[in-house]
Formats: sequence, structure tokens, C-alpha cells
Amino acid sequence: MDFGGINPVILVASLMVAAVPIMLAALGELVVEKAGVLNLGVEGMMIVGAISGFIAAVATGSPVVGFLAGAAGGAVLSLVFAFLTQVVLANQVATGLALTMFGLGLSSLMGQGYNGIKPPLTGKVPFGPLADIPVLGPILFAHDWMVYASIALVAGVWWVLRATRLGLIIRAVGESHDAAHALGYKVNRIRLMCIAFGGAMAGLGGAYVSLVRVPQWVDGMTAGAGWIALAIVVFASWRPWRVLIGAYLFGGISVLQLSLQAGGSAIPVEYLSMSPYLVTIVVLVIMSSGRGRASLNAPAALGQNFHAAR
Amino acid sequence: MTRETLLNIRGISKSYPGVKANEDVSFSIGVGEVHALLGENGAGKSTLVKMIYGLVKPDEGSMELRGKSYAPAEPSEARGLGVAMVFQHFSLFEALNVAENVALGMENPPPMRELAARIRAVSEEYGLPLDPARMVGDLSAGERQRVEIIRCLLQDPKLLIMDEPTSVLTPQEVEILFKTLRQLSAEGTAILYISHKLEEIRALCDGATILRRGKVVGTCVPRETTAREMAELMVGATLTPPERRATAKGEVVLGVTDLSAASPIPFGTSLKNIAFTVARGEVLGIAGVAGNGQDELLLALSGELRTGADRIRINGHAAGDLGPSERRKAGLVAAPEDRYGHGAAPDMSLVENALLTGAIRRNLTRNGFIDWAATRAFADEIIQTYDVRTPGNHVAARALSGGNLQKFLIGRELDQSPQVIVINQPTWGVDAAAAAAIRQAILNRAAEGAGVVVISQDLDELLEIADNFAVLNEGRLTRPRTVEGLTIDEIGLMMGGAHGMEVAHHAEA
Amino acid sequence: MLRLEKRPNPSKFWQYGTPVVAVALTMIVGGILFAFMGKNPVEVIRTIFWDPIFGEFAFYLRGQLLVKAGPLILIAIGLSLGFRAGIWNIGAEGQYIMGAICGAAVGLAVYPTESRLIFPAMVIAGALGGWAWAMIPAILKTRFNTNEILVSLMLVYVAQTILAKASTGFLKNPEGMGFPGSRNFSSFPAAANPELIAGTGIHWGVIAAFLVAIVGWVILSRHIIGFQIKLSGQAPRAARFHGVNPSRLVVLCMGVSGGLAGLAGLFEVTGPAGQISIDFNVGYGFTAIIVAFLGRLNPIGIVFAGILMALTYVGGEMAATNLGLPAAAIQVFQGMLLFFLLGVDVLTNFRIRTAILGVK
Repeated sequence: MDFGGINPVILVASLMVAAVPIMLAALGELVVEKAGVLNLGVEGMMIVGAISGFIAAVATGSPVVGFLAGAAGGAVLSLVFAFLTQVVLANQVATGLALTMFGLGLSSLMGQGYNGIKPPLTGKVPFGPLADIPVLGPILFAHDWMVYASIALVAGVWWVLRATRLGLIIRAVGESHDAAHALGYKVNRIRLMCIAFGGAMAGLGGAYVSLVRVPQWVDGMTAGAGWIALAIVVFASWRPWRVLIGAYLFGGISVLQLSLQAGGSAIPVEYLSMSPYLVTIVVLVIMSSGRGRASLNAPAALGQNFHAAR
Repeated sequence: MTRETLLNIRGISKSYPGVKANEDVSFSIGVGEVHALLGENGAGKSTLVKMIYGLVKPDEGSMELRGKSYAPAEPSEARGLGVAMVFQHFSLFEALNVAENVALGMENPPPMRELAARIRAVSEEYGLPLDPARMVGDLSAGERQRVEIIRCLLQDPKLLIMDEPTSVLTPQEVEILFKTLRQLSAEGTAILYISHKLEEIRALCDGATILRRGKVVGTCVPRETTAREMAELMVGATLTPPERRATAKGEVVLGVTDLSAASPIPFGTSLKNIAFTVARGEVLGIAGVAGNGQDELLLALSGELRTGADRIRINGHAAGDLGPSERRKAGLVAAPEDRYGHGAAPDMSLVENALLTGAIRRNLTRNGFIDWAATRAFADEIIQTYDVRTPGNHVAARALSGGNLQKFLIGRELDQSPQVIVINQPTWGVDAAAAAAIRQAILNRAAEGAGVVVISQDLDELLEIADNFAVLNEGRLTRPRTVEGLTIDEIGLMMGGAHGMEVAHHAEA
Repeated sequence: MLRLEKRPNPSKFWQYGTPVVAVALTMIVGGILFAFMGKNPVEVIRTIFWDPIFGEFAFYLRGQLLVKAGPLILIAIGLSLGFRAGIWNIGAEGQYIMGAICGAAVGLAVYPTESRLIFPAMVIAGALGGWAWAMIPAILKTRFNTNEILVSLMLVYVAQTILAKASTGFLKNPEGMGFPGSRNFSSFPAAANPELIAGTGIHWGVIAAFLVAIVGWVILSRHIIGFQIKLSGQAPRAARFHGVNPSRLVVLCMGVSGGLAGLAGLFEVTGPAGQISIDFNVGYGFTAIIVAFLGRLNPIGIVFAGILMALTYVGGEMAATNLGLPAAAIQVFQGMLLFFLLGVDVLTNFRIRTAILGVK
């Protein structure tokens, strides 16, 4: 079952792996944006998560500790953003950019001496004979546990936002901070928690890049995944399940272009490697046009700071 | 009639930098009493009720609720003790549905399905029908207020605070609201009713406390006091209504025919087949409940929203496709409702704000380069002519009080020798003295031959200054008619009656 | 408890004071960071901020300062216009690359012709290249309401792959013995951008940067376009009411910033860099964002901020060679500077009150 040297089963199976980092990061950013905050520092939080997770996993030999450390690294960095935007009310766009630049430098500094080391292996979930089912086996039952955890997280975020009081409050804060404040909700505190969650998810996604996807430490290894995650939130029109679809779409493109490169396709390598970024632009255009469908779903207070005047 | 005391307020004071919002305020409310808190804009009513609701903490003084010390740290505590509040602005979420909005205002809301059923039941009981699944952004202003009221009623409040509730209602809707409030009062719920509308208070309230500049200046039984007496207590001076000279009406300066436009505002109201004319020296008053297309009409007239060229004619020239600058060139000036961010840039100085609309008609630029000296002179001229209280022209617009900024912004438009003037809510949130000055200035320009369109939600204001009168209702404009001989009932019907609200009360009666 | 209280008027003092405070705080916290890395903080700070101007090798390093500051200032001034208007072009790095490629391509196409018109033609081509690359996000924003931040950034990655293709493919030096990279402009006088006054580091790009700073200052403070840019950023609805056409402003701001970034790229490739190569871009487009903010989005401020940031580059390289400070530490240092700047900026518009018990 090969098409031009590409096996569709392997393609689907590997796109599920490739999609995990952007899915996690986009899911975190979705919650942040639902609360009305635009954090453009996803790339920075991812890369810091990648190196924190890598260092912790190498030091302890445990990938689980690595993932936890990755999440913690992303969350700690996001708290800088949270402090600047929620406490001293700095511009969110500028602060997010600063976070990315700072994160790229910091990760490179932290990663001195970690180049060329192999991290401990993240194990596959033992499904036993299920993994041997043709087609379905390799696609559904032959992944490491983070692949399943990321899907569970999508379901969890969807449920919280849709069906719980916490989710209702988050959405309310993102719709109108003035109204939420008038009802007595602590707008900046709720936003701060969402930002920290977003940071943890970005860090987790970053750790997946350095521990599973690559797996080793290379400077700047997230290579724009954080920005693509931001685009996926727009693509998903702020809906969790669409984040999953968007991440699989982009995972598919990056896997496809890599296997085309490896398969010695007639298309020059440069055009293949720019394809994920071009596709992102095309998707953004499609989602934003059509009477601004995507922007209709955007939280009304997105990107605005809140200061309780009186 | 003696009542058991529900809430007792003693010696409350609250200061903000530069302002004493409340000073030594004391009064009490009995169980089931409808008590009015009366005062001008800026008299300190809002700060006071925010303290009762736990949004703001008093600097000094104490409160007692049913004999026990009461000092809510936050609104949820106040709600827990039976104090609920219906806000004038800012407490609904447009992109959420009615049930979700109600749930957000409750301490322990039941599951959504059960909540929806209770919303239906309570809204029927009190004659305020409401569909829990509808998106709040799609509701009219009156319906939105019902959401707020239902949100409070579901928690069986002992004290219901209502902040200017009738400013968004038609006269008929006000009647229905009053029925609901009387029903609540009869059931033992006390109501703290904040307003500056004297006739309403006389019709509804059992007692009244009057505030001026943060202090209690008097108490009265509204039914036994004339509106004039209360007004003088409230304002602290006798007011003279604006003078007007009858002027001969000239040729048409603004003509609008069959104007339709989709709203650029999320959840806005689109304009439908609007037609009217304004002649030199005429003041056309456009009334209507908030959210019926007022903002959109202003955008369409100012040029921010463009339409077909011949839909709008200024001095006979097609202007519908012109932008704001070209319309100013053609002789039309406009003043939007929202002062902070639309009419003015809050963080910019008064000089820069003078340039904002004055650049063209006052020739403040040469080849695109700004003549700052002339701009400063223009700003100073406005400050002097319109008695704008400010330390100087370098001050940021946001530093001025609402009334002072409004005088500046209205003055900025009026001092450009315009032929057509369009103003949305000229005196909203402005104290009585400044409001009177603004109305007089508008009338003076009309007397000099400008055609004026005043869009306002204040019927008294329109009846005072307008020659002709029309109503915006769901984006449609009624045919303008002369003000003379208009009754409040007729106006109410023009405003769309009670938007179907009367049904419930009739059914129960 | 600390509490923020909005000032009625923005503080003039802090408007100019915050960059100084931010730089001081960055030096302190950066020093602590360097100490943790086992370096003598005083020595590192001195190496970065003092030695390039007054140290032993200052005669050479002072020139390097202007070489680095030129492109930073040029790009930052363009960006600052958009940032003031709330238009976020963060893809200047890509526009810088495309300007360099387009300008270089024009020059290399006529190699080895000698004519006085070649360099001016390359300058125009460079500006157009950057402008065209910035027009993509601008047009997508005005036509489809697409987020310009994401699109302009994605185009950086695209530009980088085009740069790789240029240096290994269509602009590769045919006499380069197979090595990637274009011909070197230093051996092509008609297309070169040499140091104009020996030892100062001044080349046409530096002169352009100072000219643009002056023009930018005049436009922002005296011209109605400058007023409209400021107004659009501070109060977008008031800007529409004034008569600003938002789409036209997007096209203008993106176009100017793209064109200036393209110019910076062209001057760099023909001068200090000398040739198109895979690693030709060194992040000026991103660092310029910091420069723009550090300069308070004010053209004159940006000139100072650009020189200061150039100092961290030049001094950072010194610290790397002399003290073994990793290059990434300088990147952290620059990021920290932006954090502190954004943080202390709060003092411009807010007062910080301490609410101690009993005191209001």
C-alpha cells in the first residue's frame, strides 16, 4: 500500500506524533485566549519547556519527570508574562514578543553542554495484540502515552469550558472583564491562572519535541511551532476539538513534506520545508475571511488589559 | 406606616484622590420599603451603592443589616446575605445566553436545565417573559434589564438595588417595571431605587434620600413633595430652562432618503429605510430606547459608515459615500455618544483633541503639516467660550470630568461654523448646570441658521429643545412630526410600546 | 499591599525616565545572572558597556558600534510607526532578508558592469523587495482581516528558505568552487557599500538611518499623518471619527517598515556582510523590536536605543572572546531589557500606592 514511496498507515501514525506539541501548545493558548488574554510568547514557553524537560529527564532518567519539568518550565516563564500584563498592565503583544525572545535566549543558555545527548526513551503504551491489528493497530495502538494524554487533555478542556462553572467564569472574563468585575469575579486572578495553564501546556508540548519527536537538544528546535500553535487557535475558532483537527492537519503536512524530502521528490527541498508556514498563512486567510467568521467567535475582550478603576 | 428597619447606614465616607465621593452619609431602609436615592450625576450615588453591594469598601462609617453589623468584603458575600443589584451598565455578557448570564450572578446555581426552568417560571410570575436559551447580544435593552432583574429575583433578595433602571425603557415598559417592583415590595422585598427622574420617584417610592456632592442634603416623602422642591434640593440652585427664539425655517440642509445599512458593531442594529430632512434653523429630536440604531445612525451621518452617495445630501450635494473629513468639508459636524475613545482620544491632550475634528474647517494644517499654534488657540477658544474647567490645554482628555469633557467636545463641533450638526446624547452623564449650558449652545447655533439633529434617550431634553420629533425603533425611524401637542403616551407608542411585555401582567390581572 | 492608581495625566518624567531605569535594572539582574554563571559581574558589565567605547580596542569597536546600530535604527524606526498605530509587523527579519536578496540580485545580474547607476538601482530594489514582502501581510489584513502578526512571522521562515535557496542556488557564486554564498560585493566596486570614512564604521546605511530618524521625527511631531498614526493606536474609534482609513494606514505603516527593513538588508549585504549567505541574517529584525520599544517608539529615542543595543552586541562579542560568556547570555540580556522596560512603563500611566493599615 505505497503511494509514491509513502505508506499512508505510517503517515497517519507519525502525524499523530508530530501533532502532539502544537496540539498541546494550542490547547493551552486557547484557554488563555478564552479568558481574554493574547500571549504571543508560546514559542518562548515551548522552547524553555523543551530544555527544562530535557535537562530533568536526562538528570533523573525518567521521561515522566521530564514532562513535568517541561510543564513547570513553561508555567514559570508564563508567570513573567502574567505579572507584566496582569499586575503592571504592560501591553500584551509586546510582552508576548519579549517572552519569545527571552525564552529563545534562556533555553540556549540552559542548554549549553546538552547537545548530542540522548534523552531516556518515552515508552509506548502496551496494548498487546491490539497493536498487531493491520492498519488500525499502528494508527491507534502503537503510540507513547503522551499521544493519548494530549487527546484526553483536549477532551478535558472541552468539558471544562462547556459544562463547568469554572469554564463559564473563564468565558465570562474573556467576554467582558467589566461585567465580570461588577459581579465580583477576580478578573486578573482568573486570567493569571489561565496564563499559567497555557504556559504549562506550551512547556509540555516543548518537552515532547525534545524528548520524543526529535529526540535530542538543538538550539531553537521548536522552529516556529509555537507560532503555528497560535495560528491553530484561530483556525479552530476557539473550539477545543478543532484544535485537534488543526494540529493533525499541520502534523500531516510536516510529516508529508519530510517524507517527500526523504523520498527524493521532484519538488525542491526548500519549497517543501516552507510549506507548513505557507499552509498556515493560507489557512489563516480562509478562516479570517468569509465575513470574518473566525473573528466572530473570538472572545470580545481578547488582548485588552483590565484595571479596576473604582 | 412604620416598618422594621432592614438596612441602616451610619456616617459612611469614601474618598478618591481629589474627590470626596461620599461624606458622612446616613440613612435607613425598612423591610419592603421602596426607597429612592436621588441625586445628580456625580453626587455619589453609585459609589454609595457599590459599598452596599461590596464592590467598594468605605473609608469610614458602618452599616447594619437587620440589626447585625454588615461589611461585605465582596459582592458574593452581599448576595449571600440577600442584597442583590441591577446594574445600569456592564454586567451582562453578550456572547453568552440568558441562563449562563443568570448563573454567573448566582452563588450556587442549579444545573443548567433546572435553572432554565426556574428562569421561565420566575419571569412569568413577575410579568417579565424571557427565553433562557437566547443570546444576550440579540436582546433589546429592556430585555437585557429583565435578565438582570431575574438574576436577582432567583436569589430571593431582601434588598434589591436598582441603578437608573428606567433609562433604557419605553414609558410603557416603565409602567410594567413599576408593577413588578410594587409586587416585590408587597411581598416584603425592600428596593433601593436610584434615579434622577423626579416624576418616577414620586410615582413609586415610599421615602427618599437626596445626595448632593457626596453629602445627604435632605430626606422626604416623595408623594408629599413637589418635583420642583426635590429638584432644588438635588441641584442646589434654581434652574432656568433654555431660552429659544423662534426663527424662520430656511431651505433643507440635510436630507436623508431610504437609508439602510448593516451595523458594523457586533450585536448592533442595522438601519432600515431611514428618511428625514432638516432645514436651516431646525432642531430635529430623535428619541428611542438605547440599542435601537442610535450609534449606527450617528456613524452613517458622520461618515464613518458609508452608504450610497445619494442617500445622504448635505446642502443638496450627494454625500453618502464621503468619509468624515469630506463631510466636514461639506459643512457637517458630528458628536458621538461615547466621549472616551470615540469623540475624544482619552490619553491625548485637549490641543490634540481639538485637532481631531477641527483640522479641516478651522484650517489647522498646511500641506499636511500641523499648525500647532493655531490648534492651541482653537483649544483655548473652546475652553473659554464653553467654560471648560481645566488646568490648561495640555491636560489629557481623560483627566476632565464627564461634564467638562462634553462641554469641550460639543464646543469643538459648534465652533466650526457648521451648517449641519449631528449630536448623539448631548448631555448624558452631565450635571444639570452643564447640561443646560450645552442645550443653550445648541439652540444658539440653530438660531444662527444651522440644521441640528439631536439623538437622545432623554425625552424631557428632546421636548425642551426640538422643533420636530421622531423615534428610532429597531433601526427604523418614525415619520418626524412637530413637538407641539405630543403626549407621553403617543411617544411611548412611537417607541414601540412595551415590546410585547404587557402580555404577562395582563394575563395575571 | 501595593495598588495601582491611574494618573490623570501621563507622567512626562517617567516617559523619559523608564528606559534609564530599565537599563539599570537589567544591568543589576543581568549581573546577578552572570555571577551565577561564575563570571565576575562587574567585569562582564564593564566589558559590554564600557570597553567598546573607552577600552583598549575602542578605536576599532566604536566603528563596529555604528555598523550594528545602522540596521537596527533603520528597521526600528519603520516598526515604531506601525507599533504606534497598533499594527504589529514582527516579520522585519524576513523583509530584511528579501530586501538583501532583491537588491543583491539586481547588482549580481549586471556583474561585472561598472556604472554609477548600479548602486542606486540596488538600493531601490532592496527597498522594494522589503516593501513587497511586507505587503503580503498588509494586503491579507486589509482584504481578509488576517492577523498580520502571524502572517508576517510565518513569512520570516519562508524568507529564510528562500535565502538558503539563493545562496546555494540562483545567486551562488559561479566561481565559488561549489561553496554556498554569492559573489562578494567588496570585489565589485559599483555595487559595494564601503566604509565611507575609515575607522568610523559609517557606510550609506548608517547615513540613511540618521536621515530616516530626522524625517521620522518631523512626520510624527509635525505632520497630520503622524497624528493619525498616534491616534489610531491610542483610540481606534476616534481615529475613524477623525477620518483615518484604517486599511490605508495598515498599507502605509507595513509598507514603510518593510521598505526600511529591506533597505537595511541591502546596505548590510553590500557592506558589512559582503555577500548573500545562508546565515546572512543575524536577528536584527527581531532585536529592532526591542530597540523600537526602548526608544519609546520615538525616532530620536530609537537612535540612542539602537546605539545602546549595538553596544550589547559588540560588547557581548568581546565578553564572549575575552571572558567566555556564551552568546545566548546576551540574547537573554536583551530579552530581559525589554521585560524591565515594559514593567517599569507602568509608572508612566499609573502611580503606585502603598496601602498600609489605616492609611487610605
